[in-house]
Amino acid sequence: MTTIAIPPGMPQYDDVPRYDVAKVRADFPILDREVNGHRLVYLDSANTSHKPRQVLDVLAEHYAMHNANVSRSVHTLGTEATEAYEGARAKLAAFINAPSVDEVVFTKNSTEAINIVAYAFSNASLRPDADPRFRLGPGDEVVISEMEHHSNIVPWQLLCERTGATLRWFPVTDSGRLDESGLEDLVTERTKIVSLVHMSNILGTVNATSRITQRVREVGALLLLDCSQSVPHMPMDVVDFDADFIVFTGHKMCGPTGVGVLWGRAELLAAMPPVLGGGSMIETVSMARSTFAAPPARFEAGTPPIAEAVALGAAVDYLTGIGMRAIQWHEKELTAYALDALGSVPGLRIFGPAVPVGRGGTISFALGDIHPHDVGQVLDSLGVQVRVGHHCAKPVCTRFGVPAMTRASFYLYTTTGEIDALVAGLEQVRKVFD
Amino acid sequence: MQLDQLYQEIILDHYKHPHGRGLRDADDPGDRVAEAHHVNPTCGDEVTVRVATDGDVLRDVSYDGMGCSISQASASVLHELLVGRGAGEAFVVHEAFVELMSGRGQVTPDEDVLGDGVAFAGVARYPARVKCALLPWMAFKDAAARAGVGVSPEVKA
Repeated sequence: MTTIAIPPGMPQYDDVPRYDVAKVRADFPILDREVNGHRLVYLDSANTSHKPRQVLDVLAEHYAMHNANVSRSVHTLGTEATEAYEGARAKLAAFINAPSVDEVVFTKNSTEAINIVAYAFSNASLRPDADPRFRLGPGDEVVISEMEHHSNIVPWQLLCERTGATLRWFPVTDSGRLDESGLEDLVTERTKIVSLVHMSNILGTVNATSRITQRVREVGALLLLDCSQSVPHMPMDVVDFDADFIVFTGHKMCGPTGVGVLWGRAELLAAMPPVLGGGSMIETVSMARSTFAAPPARFEAGTPPIAEAVALGAAVDYLTGIGMRAIQWHEKELTAYALDALGSVPGLRIFGPAVPVGRGGTISFALGDIHPHDVGQVLDSLGVQVRVGHHCAKPVCTRFGVPAMTRASFYLYTTTGEIDALVAGLEQVRKVFD
Repeated sequence: MQLDQLYQEIILDHYKHPHGRGLRDADDPGDRVAEAHHVNPTCGDEVTVRVATDGDVLRDVSYDGMGCSISQASASVLHELLVGRGAGEAFVVHEAFVELMSGRGQVTPDEDVLGDGVAFAGVARYPARVKCALLPWMAFKDAAARAGVGVSPEVKA
């Protein structure tokens, strides 16, 4: 690893919060298993993270002891379940420094969270009395970027098709950064919403958002940040970021699958028409028409993922106990180590920022002309689990002229030894295919 | 080592030295020519297969594409096995290959029918890779149908 001397008087490396990685690893039962006769080396946490015993126990305990439906029962179990579910909401709100607990909407995942916002625009556009900030039509514009996950592209494409609005996007530079040079022309008075990834799931780039936020405010648009890859890995403060909406998903942050979060400013959520209709989201229903509950219930039609939300609350407790700042530093050091180590592999090309600044612990690369599927297959035979393919970000692959990439991604339990195993595995890949 | 089942020498050889690669025009202007472009949406592999036929014989099966070693080697084997065959015969081979790939490693391939295609027996044990191997064969089926020659039964990979 490259060591840089920091002048005395400035914060030193030893000042940063740290934790014992071996102790953390002991919390994750799956990390003990073998894959194809080798110790598991899991480098696919950007895809989904593993779950510590503390989360698994809460999930099992909820079903074993407190199982009931929420927000509708007067009985004891129903009350316990409701308290656990709403308690989880409060934990999530505190985790992202939301000003109000009611700003946290539980969804199925980030994809659903983005779709709720997109469909709220869609529904508002059909109603002349809707809040004008959510009304879209020909001449209006939606701005995204070239480095989005498909979940932050397709809902907006569909919205623009339905409303006649125009979709525009920030390009990506050769080094994998967001190209903000056209900001003034891209985000204008015509822009109704800018929906931007905070950390790219394929390039690892962490976007600096302040210039964009400032421009968004100047033109009176809204700002959604897709934080699926950032909230699990670094402290998030929605007030500090001055966003209007953020979305993230539970399973990438030590929580279960099937639960995610839409956070929105209370005043905006209140102005949004409902999207899914059904139980729990109403105020009153008659045969002719219905009125709707206030947020967050308005956007949580039907029985929500109760146990999953409760377990996500436990995941937040777990992460907070270790410290998000410490996790961020651990991954920053891993990323620096990995960029150096991968740089030593002949024929390896890294896509995205080559320095561990303004990027997270997700590194995509090509190994010569060897197809990522083949890279991943040989690595798997050595127990090394990486993601291969287009990572649901095809425009990024197109931008860099490849059909697919191999991606290694880290989390709080990843070790430098695992990065060494990856590098050794890549040597094996070269032997098979060269 | 398990990996050897997947990456047999034959497959690696077809991958590194593909046979008959490149899309070609028909030699005989009277031939019917049609092509099909298939993609594997999960990994971005692509292949175009072009069939030239006089209605009875597959005069040429040419292809181009980009993708993993399995999909590209499979296209090379497809070319080698099917060029010059009668349409009926070609579909016997097609059916045998599809059956092999759908067999989860339980099907014993007939080398007389499948030639180098028997090397893909190991691939059938890797569900995530079966679609790679089948990609050119499914494209071939579509291209052949467009060129007006019969097709073998639908198979789900």
